[in-house]
Amino acid sequence: MNNMIEIRWHGRGGQGAKTASQLLADAAFMSGKYIQSFPEYGPERSGAPITAYNRISDERCSIHSNIYEPDYVVVVDETLLESVDVTAGLKKEGAIVINSSRPAAELRPLLRGYEGRVFTIDAGKISKKHLGAYFPNTPMLAAIVQVSKCVEKEAFLKDMETSYRHKFAKKPQVVEGNLNCLAEAMEEVKE
Amino acid sequence: MSIKDRLSGNEAIATAMRQINPDVFAMFPITPSTEIPQFYAQYVADGKVDTEFICVESEHSALSACAGAEAAGCRAVTATSSAGLSYMNEMLYVVASSRLPLVLAVSNRALTGPININHDYSDSMAERDSGFIQLYAENNQEAYDNYLQAHRIAEHPDVRLPLMVCEDGFITSHALENIELEEDEAVKDFVGEYHPENYLLKSENPLAVGPYGVSGYYMEARVAQAEAMKNAKRVILEVAADFEKRFGRHYEFFESYRMEDAELAIVLMGSSAGTAKVAVDELRAEGVKAGLIKVRVFRPFPGEEIVEALKNCKAVAVLDKSEGFSANGGPLFAETASAAINLEKRPKMIDIVYGLGGRDFTVGHAKRVFARLAKIVETGETGPIYSHMGQRDLRKEVQ
Repeated sequence: MNNMIEIRWHGRGGQGAKTASQLLADAAFMSGKYIQSFPEYGPERSGAPITAYNRISDERCSIHSNIYEPDYVVVVDETLLESVDVTAGLKKEGAIVINSSRPAAELRPLLRGYEGRVFTIDAGKISKKHLGAYFPNTPMLAAIVQVSKCVEKEAFLKDMETSYRHKFAKKPQVVEGNLNCLAEAMEEVKE
Repeated sequence: MSIKDRLSGNEAIATAMRQINPDVFAMFPITPSTEIPQFYAQYVADGKVDTEFICVESEHSALSACAGAEAAGCRAVTATSSAGLSYMNEMLYVVASSRLPLVLAVSNRALTGPININHDYSDSMAERDSGFIQLYAENNQEAYDNYLQAHRIAEHPDVRLPLMVCEDGFITSHALENIELEEDEAVKDFVGEYHPENYLLKSENPLAVGPYGVSGYYMEARVAQAEAMKNAKRVILEVAADFEKRFGRHYEFFESYRMEDAELAIVLMGSSAGTAKVAVDELRAEGVKAGLIKVRVFRPFPGEEIVEALKNCKAVAVLDKSEGFSANGGPLFAETASAAINLEKRPKMIDIVYGLGGRDFTVGHAKRVFARLAKIVETGETGPIYSHMGQRDLRKEVQ
């Protein structure tokens, strides 16, 4: 299918990779796209590696298999680089975005020969600054939108504000922190 | 006007239930159907429904509570998966033979063992002879639409049989996708109120529920049940026609995808059909006359109609996502092949068991099936009639 973007998320149970994948689908849906967001479940344990997926397209996609040749990969926990082949099948015209305080050049040797673009972002630092706790999925969501351009930036920030105001209707004080988190992540993600 | 939204299959089914607002929902949770009662509990808490929501101690009790409610003239629903459905087994037969038209949402999941939470049809296929009508869905939209049609089919005076609305566990139940929902009032108007002709507690026209059937009468009850299942075929199409008139989406017993002049065809169910459609499109672009049939209604089984759609094919692969241990192929193959038995000219037919316990099925797998069918046509040799696909070791597979 033309214009379809396929994204694979790698995280650990409890870090919110599945939720981030759903929020990305939400944002793409609000911009008029057809979306899929689905998790791949094994035995459910906090801290175990989990995978989640997104398909974003202009027409409904009828494929319901996992994604083996993604355009983009998001790694929410950099310790997974040692145990999971996160770049498996990743298109070299695409990119990988990794949550790390280290620069991309330092991580490339861990990527089993991946030739495409490598981005990093210190999602933990941004999250702690704006949310006061370790919620890496919010900055990672903004980072993948920035890198993949799957949703237009201004529309994304506006739609996320609507979404957060709805989601946190009983805790409006956290909306601003989440929005700042997104905005800073979009600036801070570096190749 | 339909409402554009994005929901998981589970939330789509819970939404349909909310719009219908049944009298009783008795529930016991099990993955991956748990979210259905979970969403519903929120609707109850938020005052969006006035359903009697009963948390019971097992699936056997959940279906028993629903049976009691239906016998008292109520509209009752529940949801389950896998071992939960197995645990309902005894009550499934009681409900069906008592002609209590409740609706059971099933998020299909493999049966043990090894223990597994992922998708295949071994749970509902094990209950295919229980007397329930069974509808299967390719995606969240079809799960929602099947649910909207379910109560009308089940409760029709010529049917009065319980019905399972099946969706693929995780693949559909937990995947967020675009969906078109209908307005609450339009749904209520389509589904209607439930006013059974007679029931246990209806003083002017009471019904005996669960009596002993001596040999002199038991068989008549079973034949009447079998006739009701035959009637369900007509009613399913009538309800689908009204559904299309109101909401614009078309449903039959099965979907024929690019079957007009197909020489090679796959018969399968559920989300895998969506994946296989892409393989059909790619092969058509290369000039291969490929097509597929996606079975929506497994009980009653539309044998004559499927065979009519397949009769001009040269080779057909039936894909079974459950292993029946018959040593002779899976249940979908058994039904399809037996329906074709009296055709003068039959396509060559093979069965491929695949996707057990969530083993992924890709466009590439579907293309491999078509390649095997092309080879059968080319050589005239059917090869092994029953085999398994998608194993870890490719060398074990029939090519």
